[in-house]
Amino acid sequence: MAVEILKEKYRSSVREVVLGATKEEGGTRAHTIKVGGETALPFLHFEGKIPNRPVVAMEVLDMAPEDWPPSVKSFFEDVYNDPAAWAKKCVDEYGADMIALRFKSADPDLKNASAEDCVATLKKVLEAVGVPLIIYGCGKTEKDNEIIGPLAEAGEGENLLLGVAEQENFKPVASAAMAYKHSVIAQSPIDINIAKQLNILISELSTPLLERIVIDPTIAALGYGIEYSYSIMERARFGALNGDRMLAMPMIGNVSQEVWSKKEAFLEEGEPTWGDQAERSLAWEAATSMALLQAGMDILVMRNPESVKIVKKQIDDLMQDNSY
Amino acid sequence: MGLTGLEIFKHLPKTNCKECGFPTCLAFAMALANGKTSLDQCPDVSEEAKEALSSAAAPPIRLVKVGAGDNVIEMGDETEIFRHDKRFNHPTAVTIAVNDNEDVGAKVESINELIFERVGQRYEVDMVAIINASGDAATFKAAAETAAAKTAKNITLVTEDVGAMEAAVGVLAERKPLIYAANKDNYEKMTELAKANGCVLAVKGEDLNSLAELVDKVVALGYKELVIDPGSRETSKVLADMTQIRRLAVRKKFRSFGYPTIAFTTKEDLREEMLQAGVYISKFTSVLVLKTDKKEHLMPLLSWRANLFTDPQKPVAVEPGLHEVGEPTADSPVYVTTNFSLTYFLVEGEVDATRIPSYILSVDTGGISVLTAYADNKFTAEKIAADIKAVGLEDKVNHKKAVIPGGVAVLKGKLEDESGWEVMVGPREANGIQKFAKSNFA
Repeated sequence: MAVEILKEKYRSSVREVVLGATKEEGGTRAHTIKVGGETALPFLHFEGKIPNRPVVAMEVLDMAPEDWPPSVKSFFEDVYNDPAAWAKKCVDEYGADMIALRFKSADPDLKNASAEDCVATLKKVLEAVGVPLIIYGCGKTEKDNEIIGPLAEAGEGENLLLGVAEQENFKPVASAAMAYKHSVIAQSPIDINIAKQLNILISELSTPLLERIVIDPTIAALGYGIEYSYSIMERARFGALNGDRMLAMPMIGNVSQEVWSKKEAFLEEGEPTWGDQAERSLAWEAATSMALLQAGMDILVMRNPESVKIVKKQIDDLMQDNSY
Repeated sequence: MGLTGLEIFKHLPKTNCKECGFPTCLAFAMALANGKTSLDQCPDVSEEAKEALSSAAAPPIRLVKVGAGDNVIEMGDETEIFRHDKRFNHPTAVTIAVNDNEDVGAKVESINELIFERVGQRYEVDMVAIINASGDAATFKAAAETAAAKTAKNITLVTEDVGAMEAAVGVLAERKPLIYAANKDNYEKMTELAKANGCVLAVKGEDLNSLAELVDKVVALGYKELVIDPGSRETSKVLADMTQIRRLAVRKKFRSFGYPTIAFTTKEDLREEMLQAGVYISKFTSVLVLKTDKKEHLMPLLSWRANLFTDPQKPVAVEPGLHEVGEPTADSPVYVTTNFSLTYFLVEGEVDATRIPSYILSVDTGGISVLTAYADNKFTAEKIAADIKAVGLEDKVNHKKAVIPGGVAVLKGKLEDESGWEVMVGPREANGIQKFAKSNFA
C-alpha cells in the first residue's frame, strides 16, 4: 500500500526579520539579510516553507584577543589589530554572511575604551564590509549601557542587530533600537517563559519593535547542557508555529563564546584520548552549530573559518528540497 | 489498529495480578493502548486474546536486539517525536564502516581504541560494519572472520549479495550480526538466512513506498526482527524520510514502519561526514554507519548523542567532588555549588572568566539545583562540611575560606560551626561571580 505522508498543518509562522539596510533603505549595506519566516520545523520542506537559509555571522573583536588558542588565532594573525580588515577578511575570504562585532575593549577591566572609540571602530567596520552587522558590548552591563546609545546613533539607518536586551536590563538596548531604527537581540537564560516575557516587555515599550526582535535563547556548548537549549528551542519553535506570536521570532546562538571557553576546544594537550586540539576544536564548534540548526537556529555566531566552511556546506545540503 | 483501553480490557483476564507491573488490568490496558508496554507482560493472556490484540498491543516501534549473550544492543521501542515530551529510549548505535578489501585487522583494532573519557563519562563506538567493497564472497568472509577475532563489538555485515552474506554469516552466526540488506530482489533468501541464524535483518527500500511494501513482504514470510532503510542518502532527504518513519510509526501506528532505522553517511570529506552523521543522530536513526575513525570527529558526535538521549525529566549531574579551574594553588579561592550540571557549568564558566585559578567543590545533591537541593535537605551545612574534609581541601589550600551561593546564605553560621571554615556569601546568580571575585580575590 502507498504510504500516506504525514504533513503537519501549522496555524502560524515565524516572523521574518530583515537585517541591515541598503542605500535605498537609508543605510549603506550592499544587501540585506532576511532570517526567519519558517512555516515548518527545521528543514522539513515537505510540509511548509523555509524561505530563508540560516546564516553564519563571524565574530570580530575590536582588540586583539588574548585567550584564543593558536589554532584559531592563526587565521587572523595579520588583521588582529584592525577590526575593519578583520571583518573584511571574514567576509571576503571566509564567506561570513554577517559580522558580529564585539566591543571587548570597552571592558573597564581591559582597555575601558570610550563610547567615542567604539563609534570610530563601528564606522570603520561599516565602511570596510557590505554585510549587515551585529553589535555586542563587552558583557559588563553598566558599561554596555553607556556605549549602546552612541553606537546606535552612529549606525542610524543601518538596521544593526543590537545585543543584548535582558529581562532586568532591556530598556537601554530596546530604546536605542527604537530611536535609531535597529533590530534587537532579546536574550533569556534557557527559559521559554522569560523569553516570552521579555518580548512582551519590549513590545510594550514599542509595538513596531516586536517585528524586529531576534531571540537569543542562551545556548550551551556540546557536552555542557546543550540539550536544554535544544529542547527550549524546539518548544519555542513549536509554539511559534502553533500561533504564539510572542515566541514567533528568529533565533540567534552565540556558538563561539560558548564553545571556545570549553576544555574540548582550547586544551592543547587534552586528555590522552582526545586527539589533536586544532581538529577537535573546530569539530566541537561545527557540531555544536549542527545540533542547534536541527532545533531551529537562524543565526549562528561562529569563530573558526574551517568550522564556518563545513557548517555553511551543511546548510546548503539541508536547504535542498525534500518534498514528496 | 488503534484499540481503546476499554476495548483491550475486555480481552484481558481481569485477575489484577500485578505481574505486568501495573496495579490493575485496566491500568495495563490503558498503558497498552498508549503503546507504553507490551502484551507479553501479561502472564495469563489467552492465545485468542493475543491474536485479537496483537496489533493494538505491540509498541509503535518494535524493540530489536542485535548481538548475543551479554553483548546486546537494543534499538527501537521509541514512543516520542520530541525529547522534551519524554526520553528517547535507545541511543543511536554508532557503527564504523570497514571495507573488506582494506587492512581489516588494523582498522578494527583502531576502532577498539576509540574510547573517550570526559566529565566522568566513558563513550565508545558500538559496532563495526564490514562492507563487501571487494564484491567477492571469500574476501568478505575472511574480513568478517578477522573482525570477529579482533573485536568484542557487535558486527553489521553489509552486502546485498546473498552468496557473500551466507559465507560471512556462516563464520560468525553465534555473534548474531546485523544483516544488511534485504532488497526487492534478494529478500526471500535474505529473510531465510536471517531467520535460520536468528539475526536481525535490515530491509532496504528505494523510497518510503517501496520500503513499506518490502517490509510487508518480509513480515509475510514470518520475520519481524528488522531494521529499516528508506534508501535515501542525501542529508535533507534522509532527514525527511526519518521524520516520516518516526511520525507514521508513533502517531499512526503504521506497522510497516514500526521498526528501528539505519542510515549511512555519504560525505567523502570526513569533517562534512561528521556533521551529516550529527543530523542523523539528532533525527531518529537507530543504527548509524559512518566512515571516520578520527577521535576528533567521534568525540563530539558521541557527546551529542549522550546529551540528546538523556532523560529530560531527570536533572543531569556532573561528577561530585573537587574540580579545578585553571591551575589553582594554595592561595586559590574555593567556591561551593551543587552537582546539577547546568548550575555547575554556569558556575564553572563564570569562575573561569574571573581568570583567577580556583577550586569548585561540587556537592552531590543528586543532580538538583541549589535552592531545590537546600529545600530537600540535600545541600546542608553538614554535607558541605563533610565534603570539604573528604576531598582534602584543608591540605590543598592554606586558607580556610569558602564561598557559598547567595541563595543559601542562611547556611553560613551552621557551616562555619560544622567546618571551622570562614564562609563567604557569594552572589545569588552565577553571573555575579566575576564582580564578586574582583572585589574579594583580585
